[in-house]
Amino acid sequence: MENFEPTIIAFVCNWCTYTAADLAGTSRLFYPKNIRLIRVMCTGMVDPQYIIKAFLEGADSVLISGCHPGDCHYINGNYKARRRIKLLKEILPQFGFDPQRLRLTWIGASDGIQFAEIMRDLTLQMKALGPSQTKLKMVI
Amino acid sequence: MTITAKIDLTGHNPLEALQQFFADILKTENITSILVPQRLPPKNTVMPTLVTDASLLEGVDPLAPAFPMNASRIAARLTRKPMGGKMAAVLRPCEIRAFIELIKLKQARKEDVLLISVDCLGAFQNKEYLKFAGQNGKEATLRFYKNVMNGNVAEAEGLEFAPACKACEYPVSENADIQIGLYGLQTGESILVKAQTEAGDRILNQMKLPETNETQERRTVIDGIISKHTGYRDSMFTETREATNSLEKMSAYFASCVNCYNCRVACPVCYCKECVFVTDVFNHDPSQYLQWAKRKGIIKMPTDTLFYHLTRLAHMSTACVGCGQCSNACPNEIPVMELFRTIAHATQQAFDYQAGKSIEQEPPLSTFREDEFQEVVGITN
Repeated sequence: MENFEPTIIAFVCNWCTYTAADLAGTSRLFYPKNIRLIRVMCTGMVDPQYIIKAFLEGADSVLISGCHPGDCHYINGNYKARRRIKLLKEILPQFGFDPQRLRLTWIGASDGIQFAEIMRDLTLQMKALGPSQTKLKMVI
Repeated sequence: MTITAKIDLTGHNPLEALQQFFADILKTENITSILVPQRLPPKNTVMPTLVTDASLLEGVDPLAPAFPMNASRIAARLTRKPMGGKMAAVLRPCEIRAFIELIKLKQARKEDVLLISVDCLGAFQNKEYLKFAGQNGKEATLRFYKNVMNGNVAEAEGLEFAPACKACEYPVSENADIQIGLYGLQTGESILVKAQTEAGDRILNQMKLPETNETQERRTVIDGIISKHTGYRDSMFTETREATNSLEKMSAYFASCVNCYNCRVACPVCYCKECVFVTDVFNHDPSQYLQWAKRKGIIKMPTDTLFYHLTRLAHMSTACVGCGQCSNACPNEIPVMELFRTIAHATQQAFDYQAGKSIEQEPPLSTFREDEFQEVVGITN
């Protein structure tokens, strides 16, 4: 388990969290390579099926991260995302997924330091939690 | 919302009385057509019919234990735009609840339809019904009606109700404009007709039926059915949770799924014109399958079955009314309804929502508040 490197899929919005990731990069802040960023225009466009697909394909964790409440570039996309995460957090644990594997955060465009910090924390959490059940099964 | 009337059954059986009642509805002002289930010769299949001629109602049979489709989809198709006249629709309580969901999802309109529901006696699975109806569907229905009223269908017919019906907490519609009552009345004497909305009141006003009162006995009988069904439902939830609480068990649960998507077609609230699962997104390249197989050593074919069911749970479980058509439609007898109802119960509770309860309650995924569900945000909880 010591050598376990979790795969973390992060859907990040173009306007806030992706910009924060960019800032973290240009500021030469370290964050683990376990995070795979997927840039989307808004967290409001992340359909639950993308998250389900990521898990079934073997992601150990899925992170959705967008603008703080009130800051959404499209006014309310992040509120819609929050409802969908609430929904998935009801559905997925029923099938043995640890609810900690699905995360939603708000990271603003200027929060480069916070972005790197959250990515480090999340990676440590997933290392502690161990591999997701999807890795072991012939499930697509 | 005041009129409660009765239809005396002197010299008639309930099917004849209902046929007469629906013919009278068709003669009232405004109503130009009626959507009503009828037995179709020669096989006694019971299907929705759209009728404008009051003399063509001899096959009317909303009591038959047949539930070949959730007719809310038909009602939605007929009401999505003005049809040029007002239609009465005779639907089961679960069909009305699905219809209400479809109205909220902008797939149907309430303006031109009068909803009529008959106390639901329950239904058998599709295959069982055809065996049960045999040569004389009308006689079979009347026998079934008597057995339900005496509470001994399983013993008398040697047939079990569909699991969805056994787990149903809504045998009587709360949202129909006119509710036709059977439970808790003297079998063979009369049936109850109750207006539950102003629209229903206006129609019953024109019909001038003898007025009566809803008895406490009727309420007691209905409450008894609901509590029996709720008990069945709760043990079904427990068993289903136990059978699906890991991905491995889920794979076993859906092992015989062949991606026919019948459950989605039969589902009244799965309304997308083109489901993503039938698009080219899932027409993977052959090399993709090889890549998956190489990664895991073995993959079960067809792929994307669990993905499909999990996605459908996310997309429609908050609107699930538990009608059980998904299980009815499955060619491989997967207990689809059992799982969908179990999850739907949890998701609807999470949003303090009850599918089909009222037009006013907003569908959970069509709305949001600024300050809610803080508990799902952050990485520390």
